[in-house]
Amino acid sequence: MITEKDVDHVALLGRLELTGEEKEMFTKQLNDILGHFQSLERLDTEKVQPTAHVLPLQNVYREDQVGRHISREDALVNCPDRNENYFKVPRII
Amino acid sequence: MTQYETVIGLEVHVELKTRSKIFCDSTTEFGGEPNTHVCPVCLGLPGVLPVVNKTVVEYAIRAALALNCRIAHYSKFDRKNYYYPDMPKNYQISQYDLPIAEHGHLNIEINSETRRIGITRLHMEEDTGKLVHQGTITTTPFSLVDYNRAGVPLIEIVSEPDLRSPEEAYEYLNKLKAIIQYTGVSDCKMEEGSLRCDANVSVRPAGSMEFGTKTEIKNMNSFKALQKALTYEVERQIEVLEEGGRIIQETRTWDEGKGVTLSMRSKEFAHDYRYLPDPDLVPMVIDQEWVKKIQCSLPELPDDRKDRYIREFGLPAYDAMVLTNTKELADYFEACVAAYPNPKAVSNWVMGDLSRLLNAGGVDVIKCPIKPGQLAAMLQLLEKGTISGKIAKSVFEEMFATGKDAEIIVKEKGLVQISDEGAIATIVDEVIAKNQKSVEDFRAGKDRALGFLVGQVMKATKGKANPELVNKLFKERLS
Repeated sequence: MITEKDVDHVALLGRLELTGEEKEMFTKQLNDILGHFQSLERLDTEKVQPTAHVLPLQNVYREDQVGRHISREDALVNCPDRNENYFKVPRII
Repeated sequence: MTQYETVIGLEVHVELKTRSKIFCDSTTEFGGEPNTHVCPVCLGLPGVLPVVNKTVVEYAIRAALALNCRIAHYSKFDRKNYYYPDMPKNYQISQYDLPIAEHGHLNIEINSETRRIGITRLHMEEDTGKLVHQGTITTTPFSLVDYNRAGVPLIEIVSEPDLRSPEEAYEYLNKLKAIIQYTGVSDCKMEEGSLRCDANVSVRPAGSMEFGTKTEIKNMNSFKALQKALTYEVERQIEVLEEGGRIIQETRTWDEGKGVTLSMRSKEFAHDYRYLPDPDLVPMVIDQEWVKKIQCSLPELPDDRKDRYIREFGLPAYDAMVLTNTKELADYFEACVAAYPNPKAVSNWVMGDLSRLLNAGGVDVIKCPIKPGQLAAMLQLLEKGTISGKIAKSVFEEMFATGKDAEIIVKEKGLVQISDEGAIATIVDEVIAKNQKSVEDFRAGKDRALGFLVGQVMKATKGKANPELVNKLFKERLS
């Protein structure tokens, strides 16, 4: 059961500022989503190996070789704010 | 006052010396203009696919084997989520519940006793970008980010809480650094950030089985800082407990200038990493043949090399330990011994004059201006009596400054020791004639007077007279 306290916590982790109304709405919506997934618990998984991946692939490696970099202009083209050659973000301590 | 026991565990990050990053082919080269060693993968752009650099896995296994770890058969990468702009994806790719290696150990020497320190795990992860601040961190309105370092491969090595003092923590880190350097997977330079260390610290009443509440100490940028920060933190915790307070589990940062640890507790550091398997990176099933091959390619490690120096070269344990602390110094020492097979004589010069000159000049032993063959040749001149011990010291300094052979310096400066008995006898007679007062003093039993007389001969010959001969000649004449 998701409480408003959980929503507060998740909002903090995502750096979201929510109004009281939004908190109420998200609490309800998150509970609906979790409720939906709870139907999976009805499956018998006794004989199923826990798995981290569903793809039938393993050991996909690349060799240690340097390739081409993108230009700095391309690297910075989408950033909302820049300072010369850097990405500029609000001060973080 | 209650007796307290200190409990410390270290988390050490080591940057691996691969050419390209862990999940993309951007260069790992140090420095570079900001945001030029980047590509869509390490910038976390949408739709990109990370692929593991095989050499990173090999290096991680190599380091893990050197640390006596058990290598996993099955290992995977996970996403560690956090909100901080040093990673453009808002998560760092790391390993959570299935690290590449676990259950290792290394040995440290404390008061000539060997202590085995457990290593809980070793896992692979990507390094983060670098935040730059203009002005001071408290006055700048914004942070600047350089992603050149984002995605550089790291291994994190987590120790068991087996360390019982800041000194043990220091010895552990020193040994860990030596072992990793021997394997060749990293430079392990703390000042350049290729070796970093955080510590978990707690105290408990002596004899207690339960752990006290721990704090995590960050930002210790040198071996000295590690020891100072841990010493401070242990004292701080004991003081809090003695005053009836309790320790708060938190992260604290070492303030080198003030010499204190400061709480970093704030909403900004609310951590809830919500690890999840990275769906872009498929699991690794480690081939045991590969592991065996890596095991066979490991060089002789510091402990074995130290034991061999004691056994084979007959060196004191202290010499053996100092010489084998870095692979480069040990290699240098052995090259010298190959050319001049008197290990103790070589050890004295390498640990003494050579180390002093290297340290004073901030020179790495690999770039030592005196090559092993040159050091050996100098020792031969000394052994043959061509130069005296005192002259050898100044010749050695000249060799270090110019890179010239000892023989050339000796010839150029006319430093050959005078061992011609007739030539020295002439000077000895002159000194006796000119210093009758000292001669009488010596005959009256003042041994010190002999020192003065010998000194006069040395002065007259610019230190080149063979001291043993000079002493012998004086004694013959005066007694």
